[in-house]
Amino acid sequence: MIGLGHYLAVGAVLFVLGVFGILLNRKNIIVILMAIELILLAVNINLVAFSAFLHDMVGQIFAMFVLTVAAGEAAIGLAILVIYFRGRGTIAVDEINEMKG
Amino acid sequence: MIQAFAFYLFAAIVIASGVMTIASRNPVHSVLWLILAFFNAAGLMLILGAEFIAMLLVIVYVGAVAVLFLFVVMMLDVDFAELRAGVARYWPLGFILALILLAEIVFAVAAWSAGGIRPGVSAAPVDGAMPNIQALGTVLYTRYLYIFEGAGLVLLVAMIGAIVLTHRVRSDVRPQRVSDQVRRRPEDAVVNMQPGVGEGMKL
Repeated sequence: MIGLGHYLAVGAVLFVLGVFGILLNRKNIIVILMAIELILLAVNINLVAFSAFLHDMVGQIFAMFVLTVAAGEAAIGLAILVIYFRGRGTIAVDEINEMKG
Repeated sequence: MIQAFAFYLFAAIVIASGVMTIASRNPVHSVLWLILAFFNAAGLMLILGAEFIAMLLVIVYVGAVAVLFLFVVMMLDVDFAELRAGVARYWPLGFILALILLAEIVFAVAAWSAGGIRPGVSAAPVDGAMPNIQALGTVLYTRYLYIFEGAGLVLLVAMIGAIVLTHRVRSDVRPQRVSDQVRRRPEDAVVNMQPGVGEGMKL
């Protein structure tokens, strides 16, 4: 029978994959944003799993809020990426400190 | 039985597509793998009985966020091979960090399943008679109303921020000047003339 531990394991593996993806593709900000989405997805899986197994609705409510923040973060991140690309012609983020506000 | 089979199927595909998302050479493929991961995560949440969150994952993540990623990846003309250059140098550090994280999480789960801390009183117990969406709405629109409106505000700020960031005033186009059009009155534009016979018309 599938228990809570199974879902937590999936969430943990997905979270670690996200962190690994950020470190692996350190130059490519698009993949970094996708890795952040993976991390938030892992958080959502954990929240919903706890919500289902503890018979508490609040986990699903907070999964919704996490989803909202993830959508906003993707929109803002991609907007910043577009203006950065427009100004420099590349999306290599390891020289992004040259912007200096 | 079929529940366990569905769980293992969805979980395996989620993890495999997560791996492919971060390992693909082409970001377009990454986005497509990410979409597959979202779909299968929605399947996992469906097994858990969280129908609304599952639908939300498909609609918001696949329908909006992933398509946004796809648009940006395809619109920007980026040399992706150059961006992959550092991977060989970065992966040992990343691998070590990921291993440490995984070990910590496994340790935490083991400690939790050994019966450590009992969860307290359930904040919003699930009413078995209600469907999932109704139960969610009863809690969301009463106790979490202000946080819900705060979430709406977050989305509004994100929308305005994205528009402000990417909007640019271009000098090489002649856009419609709305205020001029609205301000124009019939008296400025229409003239009644009574020209005499044989005379021309002067405008």
